[in-house]
Amino acid sequence: MSRRANMLFALVLAPVMSLVFSGSVLAEEAQRWALNMPKGVTPVSNAIYDIHMVIFWICVAIGIGVFAIMFYSMYAHRKSRGAVAANFHENTTAEVVWTVIPALILVVMAIPATSTLLDVYDTSEAEIDVKVTGYQWKWQYEYLGEDVAYMSELTTPESEIYNTAPKSQYYLQEVSEPLVLPVKTKVRFLITAKDVIHSWWVPDFGVKKDAIPGFVNETWTYVEEPGIYRGECAELCGKAHAFMPIVVNVLEKEEYNSWLAEKKAQVAAVRELAKKTFTKEELMVQGEAAYNRSCASCHMGNGEGIAGVFPGLKGSAIATGDINGHLDVVVNGKAGTAMQAFGGQLSEVDLAAIITYERNAWGNDTGDVVQPIDVLKFKQGQ
Amino acid sequence: MAHGPAKGIGRWLFTTNHKDIGTLYLWFSFAMFLLGGFFAMVIRAELFEPGMQIVRPEFFNQMTTMHGLVMVFGAIMPAFVGLANWMIPMMIGAPDMALPRMNNLSFWILPFAFALLASTLFMEGGAPNFGWTFYAPLSTTYAPDTVNYFIFGVHIMGASSIMGSINIIATVLNMRAPGMTLMKMPMFVWTWLITAFLLIAVMPVLAGAVTMMLMDINFGTSFFDAAGGGDPVLFQHVFWFFGHPEVYIIILPAFGVISHIIPTFSRKPLFGYSSMVYATASIAFLSFIVWAHHMFMVGMPIGGELYFMYATMLIAIPTAAKVFNWVSTMFRGSLTFETPMLFAIAFVILFTIGGFTGVMVAIAPSDVQYHDSYFVVAHFHYVMVAGAVFSGTAAVYYWLPKWCGRMYDETMAKLQFWISFIGFNITFFPQHFLGLAGMPRRYADYALQFSDWNMVSSIGAFIYGSSQLLFMFIVIRAIRSGKQLSEPKTWEGAEGLEWTVATPAPYHTFTTPPEVK
Ligand code: HEC
Ligand SMILES: [Cu+2]
Repeated sequence: MSRRANMLFALVLAPVMSLVFSGSVLAEEAQRWALNMPKGVTPVSNAIYDIHMVIFWICVAIGIGVFAIMFYSMYAHRKSRGAVAANFHENTTAEVVWTVIPALILVVMAIPATSTLLDVYDTSEAEIDVKVTGYQWKWQYEYLGEDVAYMSELTTPESEIYNTAPKSQYYLQEVSEPLVLPVKTKVRFLITAKDVIHSWWVPDFGVKKDAIPGFVNETWTYVEEPGIYRGECAELCGKAHAFMPIVVNVLEKEEYNSWLAEKKAQVAAVRELAKKTFTKEELMVQGEAAYNRSCASCHMGNGEGIAGVFPGLKGSAIATGDINGHLDVVVNGKAGTAMQAFGGQLSEVDLAAIITYERNAWGNDTGDVVQPIDVLKFKQGQ
Repeated sequence: MAHGPAKGIGRWLFTTNHKDIGTLYLWFSFAMFLLGGFFAMVIRAELFEPGMQIVRPEFFNQMTTMHGLVMVFGAIMPAFVGLANWMIPMMIGAPDMALPRMNNLSFWILPFAFALLASTLFMEGGAPNFGWTFYAPLSTTYAPDTVNYFIFGVHIMGASSIMGSINIIATVLNMRAPGMTLMKMPMFVWTWLITAFLLIAVMPVLAGAVTMMLMDINFGTSFFDAAGGGDPVLFQHVFWFFGHPEVYIIILPAFGVISHIIPTFSRKPLFGYSSMVYATASIAFLSFIVWAHHMFMVGMPIGGELYFMYATMLIAIPTAAKVFNWVSTMFRGSLTFETPMLFAIAFVILFTIGGFTGVMVAIAPSDVQYHDSYFVVAHFHYVMVAGAVFSGTAAVYYWLPKWCGRMYDETMAKLQFWISFIGFNITFFPQHFLGLAGMPRRYADYALQFSDWNMVSSIGAFIYGSSQLLFMFIVIRAIRSGKQLSEPKTWEGAEGLEWTVATPAPYHTFTTPPEVK
């Protein structure tokens, strides 16, 4: 679609806006008062945009026609102007015409729609496979064949959400670690979920696919420009549905390769750390941070949970009882409940730190210290 | 023989009179409309600004869920059953509904269904929080225990709807006045007849879906649990096999109402009566074979995706025919613009806009960008609110004088029209922009670039919400102290048997059937 068409679009939809911003249109204001979908940065998103605009204009044209006749009747055929009602109530020709013409218009719409859909579904010949897993309420990205996997969680602090601190620019659109992709490369996504249904949506890519527990969906992208792109979970997935954004960092190919190498080294280093022994203080500090990141959305920062939905850990029999029982719940989760298996999501160090934290925070005061090596042994002993 | 209503509360509890039951349905639905509207106000107040101000996210989800459930099952559906009860016997020249005791029962179980549902708001774990579409496993494995109350409530509503439909079918097929052939039936009766068949076909499917949920939750089955060999997507297929016809269940009687009001105030017969009947029937048929267009993102095979896209696009044809027929009815008429006509015209305009966005969301590839965004929220409020609520309001203004023999205040009613029309558009038009810009639906909080349109939308919602209180005021005032009428015909151009009986309509009408030529 041309620039002109875009301007027309804005004019038809919101004449008021064009008044407000006539003269100098600030880029930021334009984004805040955005009227249309982004064109995006992939061939698919561009194709979608074009279909969207074509159909939009067809609808506008039909709408103008229908409403013009209607408003004309409302003006010209009003009783107060002395209009006398005609008595016709049937006209086969007219009825045939207005059945056939819409049918033809629909055929015209269906042709580009079909070819774009075929394109959206063509996941063949991808160079990179990334597995995307939805959890309540975060995403996991796994680079298949590369031994690199990590969680990507919201980092916006509670203080901003609950209005005790000013909101930063990327409020609710910032994550602990973005998905990193190379530019101009066909990437296939294998999308699934571990608990409820989520949906992975990045508008700039024209990609949205449901993440369904027990099933793997496929989709793909080919990004043409490096940059940071933001998206969200689109399927209602419980309490923090609005709080599991997606951030994708698209890099030049060489940058991507060095990022990947660095990432692999990091994974090895974390694994090495699991053999180290930590002091209780170190574990408590790291545990609090990791707990707030991974557990507080359900069990709450104060450990009290949400009555009737998520149990409190403050004074809980498991968090103050046998360590193996505690390890079991956290590492393996509880099937059929919202309690996930964290064994595969968190490093041994984080697990040890969280469990130590839970056993000593909020007056639980068991004095127990769990080391990464204990977690490792527990996992191996299973 | 002919006797008046019983005295006291017993009149309402034990009544078998179609007019009394119609009145009960209408007041019940209006109460539910206010309740659902209150939930909507909580939602819009929370979304007024980014950040959580009024409620917590878990409660926000309960509000969106309850808003949808109460509006669809508690407000809109009973409102049209109420209109059917009042009008169908009077339109076909029958003395009452065919099955009057069942009629009483089908109404009186409804308050219990909604009491069950609403009581969960005060229980541990809270009300249903999984959206009005209650997708598994969020509504099964991951639901609060109160989901069982919800399931039971849905069963009762379903039973009520099925009984109501059987009654309408029995009445329409057996009790028409001599000479009223099927192709002479008023449009409202036709649309309800078809709707009743839709209801009988799909309410059991809904009952099946919630029963499978009940089994999964309490009895260890795995219909919707992949870990036990089930499939969460199965739930969506079953739900939308009910859910898609459901939206036509809501809209078809609205089409019927509009097909009465526009001819009346155009002083000209409805254009294309028989094509209207065929269009209604084909929409009803198509509604059964398009359900998975709600599920374009679940990963259907491409063949399924294409089929559901093409089939859905077909619906545009009979729907467009209806709009053309209404416009042609107005064309070269002799038009006046009393309040019912204003609402009817607004219906045509807004419903057409909703129809356009309907074609857009039917296009599977572009639905990638629309699905589960505010664009969809805008779309279905244009068809549901403008469709059902505007036509329901039009129907009340149109028939209220017949019901109670008193006239509403035309000036205030016109004011109410303009406030709701403007408020509605301020609320929902910007939601198209929000969706296109990337805001998903059912979000308790949002990124900063969505702030401005959300604020506009919330302001519109408060305006629209207050217009409903004004509506209540106008109706109550008309009933208590409106100008008294006695002419059978309130509106100069009105046609039909209901306008041949006295005003206000006596407690019993057509105890001897009229002759239709
Ligand atoms: C998505 C919500 C959710 C998240 C996130 C979550 N949990 Fe849980 N957790 C639950 C639920 C629900 C239960 C109750 C399971 C049951 O019914 O037995 C539970 C139970 C537990 C229990 C047992 C408590 C008891 O007394 O029964 C422990 C310990 C626990 N979780 C630890 C954690 C830790 C550690 C984390 C973070 C690494 C975490 N949880 C993250 C939902 C969650
Ligand atoms: Cu999600």
